[in-house]
Amino acid sequence: MLFTSYGFIGSVLILFLLYYVIPKRLRPALLLVFSLIIYGMADARYLIYIGITVVTVWYAALIIDKNNKAVKDYIKKHKAEMSATERKAYKKLKGRKSLLFFLAGLVLNLGILAVVKYSGFVLSGIGHMLSSGTDGVLNIPDMLIPLGISFYTFQSVGYLTDVYRENIDAEKSLPRYALFITFFPQLVQGPISRYEDLAPTLLAPHSADFSVIFRGLQRILWGYFKKLVIADRLLMGVTTLIGDTSLYRGGYVPVMMLLYTLELYADFTGGIDITIGIAETLGISIKENFIRPYLSTSLADYWRRWHISMCSWFRDYVFYPVSTSNASIRLSKWARKHISDSAGGKLPVYLSSFIVWFCTGIWHGASVNFIVWGLLNFLVLTISEELSPLYERFHKRFSFAGSFPYRVFMILRTFLLVCVLNLFDCFADVRDTLGLIVSAFNFGSYSSMEKGALLNIGLSVSDYVIAAVALTAVLIVSIIEERYDTSIRDIIRKRPYAVRFILWTCLFLATLIFGVYGIGYDSSQFIYNRF
Amino acid sequence: MEELMEILTSLHPDVDFDKEEHLIDDKILDSMDIVRLVTELTDKFDIKIKAKDIIPENFNSAKAIGALIDRINEE
Repeated sequence: MLFTSYGFIGSVLILFLLYYVIPKRLRPALLLVFSLIIYGMADARYLIYIGITVVTVWYAALIIDKNNKAVKDYIKKHKAEMSATERKAYKKLKGRKSLLFFLAGLVLNLGILAVVKYSGFVLSGIGHMLSSGTDGVLNIPDMLIPLGISFYTFQSVGYLTDVYRENIDAEKSLPRYALFITFFPQLVQGPISRYEDLAPTLLAPHSADFSVIFRGLQRILWGYFKKLVIADRLLMGVTTLIGDTSLYRGGYVPVMMLLYTLELYADFTGGIDITIGIAETLGISIKENFIRPYLSTSLADYWRRWHISMCSWFRDYVFYPVSTSNASIRLSKWARKHISDSAGGKLPVYLSSFIVWFCTGIWHGASVNFIVWGLLNFLVLTISEELSPLYERFHKRFSFAGSFPYRVFMILRTFLLVCVLNLFDCFADVRDTLGLIVSAFNFGSYSSMEKGALLNIGLSVSDYVIAAVALTAVLIVSIIEERYDTSIRDIIRKRPYAVRFILWTCLFLATLIFGVYGIGYDSSQFIYNRF
Repeated sequence: MEELMEILTSLHPDVDFDKEEHLIDDKILDSMDIVRLVTELTDKFDIKIKAKDIIPENFNSAKAIGALIDRINEE
């Protein structure tokens, strides 16, 4: 059920009232039942998939935890009688059970994800190869792809890995663990939460704190404003432009990139605002997933601010294990010996980064364009890293490098780069995307655009004006939050009551009046739901 | 400890590693620095640092990194 549907809003209102009426000890159970109902209403079959993931990961983690603790206790008890080598050998021998359950959990759940999400992609690739580029000869079955499967699978794998690494204790109660995975606001588009962050607040007995509830409502309102006033409005133009690339080329391409990048931001961050806001109204705290990404001064900075939970997941569960693996260490030693010390330090980093960006690309979608998008990110980041000594020398030499205008230049440069990279999201055929980018440099085509051409792409003058004013509001809020390094809600909270009332009422009315909806209108799907 | 300080200083000559206690929390060391540090430590101290050891508590200060090396050596 969509966050923006009337059914969802009504259901959450009922949940909210029930949540604070029933005894505190029953609240996690209510949240679990509600989460399953909401998810099952999208398609009851989804419950089978998520049920398998929940039960298998919970059980495997339980066994791993029990075994790890038994090994630890035994070694502790017999420390005096055992040599270091014996302790290591015992740990290795008895640790096999944990490893077995860990691998079984990983293979099963990543296997389900791979089959439902990527089998079509792989089979069509094989089909094309067998038929030498003509239509595939293999029958590709239509697979049911459960909503948010990438998100909940990654959250489950993260939990299982943390238990295996002995960084956290396993959750003994199946319903409590099931709630951690299925908690409805974050189930379909994240953030990908860590157990140690979410579980304590999710399962704690919360009292109704009106200041916290109001904070949550403010965040929800801000999310709806971004989604309904900006994202869904810009979507109309984006759909038109992307829909006919034979017509919309040349001068239309910069507009296409800009509109899509702004829509993506408003859609995804708006959805996360609603997620965090709903959780807050229930007294539950979810970690931030964005820190004003479009104010980044470099692509590396951007990836520290955009979709933080996914980036930190790849860092902790792919980047570190690969870069510290025996193979990487051997590669590093070899490079130190045969190339240079610097190469020894960098090679494992670049190798792991390559794997991470390949995986990040394919996580976003089962098609070549997403892989290309991921690898282009890798390429830019690697070149930037290699050129960093040059940048540092430049910054030291020229005093203006630390100035405000130069910072603005870096922000705009990064934003432009992100706009170009984002275009690879839009078209499955990479050649189409490259053709469009090349066409954007055909400046002669700009003059051939009809007067008022941008008013024929599904956006009227008022749409442009409303979107521009709303985006300016978002930009101002972002700049204030960046300047004071705090939430705008905390800044507004310190203002007099009348100011607060006027500001929040204006935002509510703006969302109500300028939101893209109406009777019978079904707001568009959130972009990240498809992952 | 001297060798460790040398490695750290080679990564960030401008940072006072004697005083800094929030190398990860304050984003002084990023993930690339961590991997470079891990490969250097593995090479110099002949130890095996696993991915599970890469948590902020183990890398927030030179002292914490030193304690991690001692712990791995003991194991």
